[in-house]
Amino acid sequence: MVDKNLVTSVLKFTEAKDMPISTLSLLNADGEILEGAQEPKIDKHTALKIYRDMNYIRVLDERMIGAQRQGRLSFYVTCTGEEASVVGSVAAFSSQDMVMSQYREHAALRYRGFTSKQFMNQLLSNDLDLGKGRQMPIHYGSRDLNYMTISSTLATQIPQAAGYAYGQKLSGNDTCTICYFGEGAASEGDFHAGLNIAAVSKCPVVFVVRNNGYAISTPTVEQFVGDGIAPRGVGYGIPAIRVDGNDILAVHAASVEARNLAIEKSTPVIVETMSYRLGAHSTSDDPTSYRTSEEEEMWRQKDPIERMKKWLLGKGWWSDQQDHQMKDEYKKEILGALKSQEKRQPPVLDHLISDVYQIPPAHLREQYSELLAHIDKYPDHYLPNPTKGHDSYHKPAAQFS
Amino acid sequence: MPKINLLQAVNSALDTAMDADSRVVCLGEDIGEFGGVFRATSKLQEKYGKQRCFNTPITEQGIVGFSIGLAAQGSVAVAEIQFADYIFPAFDQIVNEAAKFRYRSGDQFNCGGLTIRTPYGGGIAGGLYHSQSPEAYFCHTPGLKVVIPSTAYQAKGLLLSAIRDPDPVIFFEPKAIYRAEAGDVPDTDYELPLGVAQVVSTGTDITLVGWGAQMHQLHRAAKMAAKDGISCEVIDLCTLLPWDADTVAKSVTKTGRLIISHEAPRTGGFAGEIAATIQERCFLSLESPITRITGLDTPFPLVFEKEYLPDYLKVFEAIKASVHF
Repeated sequence: MVDKNLVTSVLKFTEAKDMPISTLSLLNADGEILEGAQEPKIDKHTALKIYRDMNYIRVLDERMIGAQRQGRLSFYVTCTGEEASVVGSVAAFSSQDMVMSQYREHAALRYRGFTSKQFMNQLLSNDLDLGKGRQMPIHYGSRDLNYMTISSTLATQIPQAAGYAYGQKLSGNDTCTICYFGEGAASEGDFHAGLNIAAVSKCPVVFVVRNNGYAISTPTVEQFVGDGIAPRGVGYGIPAIRVDGNDILAVHAASVEARNLAIEKSTPVIVETMSYRLGAHSTSDDPTSYRTSEEEEMWRQKDPIERMKKWLLGKGWWSDQQDHQMKDEYKKEILGALKSQEKRQPPVLDHLISDVYQIPPAHLREQYSELLAHIDKYPDHYLPNPTKGHDSYHKPAAQFS
Repeated sequence: MPKINLLQAVNSALDTAMDADSRVVCLGEDIGEFGGVFRATSKLQEKYGKQRCFNTPITEQGIVGFSIGLAAQGSVAVAEIQFADYIFPAFDQIVNEAAKFRYRSGDQFNCGGLTIRTPYGGGIAGGLYHSQSPEAYFCHTPGLKVVIPSTAYQAKGLLLSAIRDPDPVIFFEPKAIYRAEAGDVPDTDYELPLGVAQVVSTGTDITLVGWGAQMHQLHRAAKMAAKDGISCEVIDLCTLLPWDADTVAKSVTKTGRLIISHEAPRTGGFAGEIAATIQERCFLSLESPITRITGLDTPFPLVFEKEYLPDYLKVFEAIKASVHF
């Protein structure tokens, strides 16, 4: 329908530059509040938890890249450079809110309380992996921590987050969903489907899009021509904000308001965090073939962790000595967990067929029996540890019969 | 017991499910006040409100993705895809997401509350994009259940089971017989078990297996064959995934002959799966080759719909050929 007040006789096309979206920035590179800006309210306890978890993930990522290079893990993905975008946003939410993430947001899972051993159990696909050894490393999930299990498929979580949030609204318990994805995933059909259906159905969901410059090797200039992702939210009738993703205070303040809006107005909100993927896309990627070391160095100077540290030091909430001690502790804890959890057995073979359905149907049980009979003929070929016998690997399929 | 048609039975099942459980939510294109293009959701919005029965934007991947999330949260989502021909934008959400939701999370999360209803099949002059039978694509996906009723009684009982089943279900509705197929359907709440085939008529010479609208062609062919002294056992599969191989194998062991018929194209169609399983199980009982009477390996045609469809005459000829092999 045409708004009568906006009828014009001037023939003019509207361009992106006519509707610029500015970037919220509160901290300068030295960790000082920008001139004219107001320091957002954040208590010491929360600030230190955010800072510690950002550091934890930095240490975890460094150590796990190392472990992958040593052949102890098959694959890994880091959050390096984007810790503030992830921890700053999730910290603004209630632990009862659902997190639906892409795959580079394990810092949010850490914030929720995932332990070093739990990280290792998943990365190593051992018998304590909550996902029962079914997914590649970094595909975490935790029912207890309201962190939806990750799938490799990009952007599928976006319409799902809308539906999850709609269910939360129906149950009337004042919770919402926070949904993460990258600027590359925003090219998928599910992004457009999800934002539109979330807007139309008035779902309390906060979309946090990490605009980190690259989708594997593809730079944003080859991903889209428009002004990033935030304006697309406006196009769908969703309140949108863009923030400096390396500025922990800006990310957190915007996320606090985003959650308030989502719950109070029952609306989706989009937060675009402008940052940079300092590491490779994954351990299978080599960024030197598509970007310069100068560019990387420029972003290294904007390290979100360093910036937050300076702010904390300035407030007298933290010291260099505490910093060293913390990093040493994390290193020790993570390497200890890696060592202990990699000694564990793989999950039992029953988990090959459990959970496809709530109860394995007859045809699947039959296929499983055939497989077990075959394995019995060639145990040395199949059993991960033949010396320990079948008990270390599979039990009779009694639970299914 | 009131006599109602298959479409009314679907509506009755939705009404029953929504009345019995406030967590049941219906969504899809035009399903709100309008009641859906076939009127399957007629009066549901009026009765249960806009929050529990509502229109969505035109986005099949959005509808299914949204419904997966809704189900994962604890609601019971019943999504309508207006025509099965339009389910493909949602293929990724169904195959990579819904079907793997429980497995990939180690049973921490599931979307078992999800049911996708969609009208399928030809016979309505719908051409390429209002006629397809895409069931085989989904039968190739572990984690899904695929259900197709052929009568009004089945439609209500199977849909209620599908909605309450702990796993995601695709419920294909034979739109060609939405109104033509009528029967006695209880007002009450009842469920028919998934994964169980129905022996609709017993016979001794040959087994005919089908589902959905195709059952009418099988019945008619069986009647023609009876006049020629051939006794057909007719089986309605009802659920394609997981399908009731025991019932079919038992029948073929008795009759020694099997014809499977579906509207979908032959190559890669579900008849191939049934034929393979039955020859494994009943090899020594078979008196003639297992035969598939199906659509041709073409897109679904418009003016040649009659020629394309595996009608009762094609089935009748196949029965004779099998018996006289």
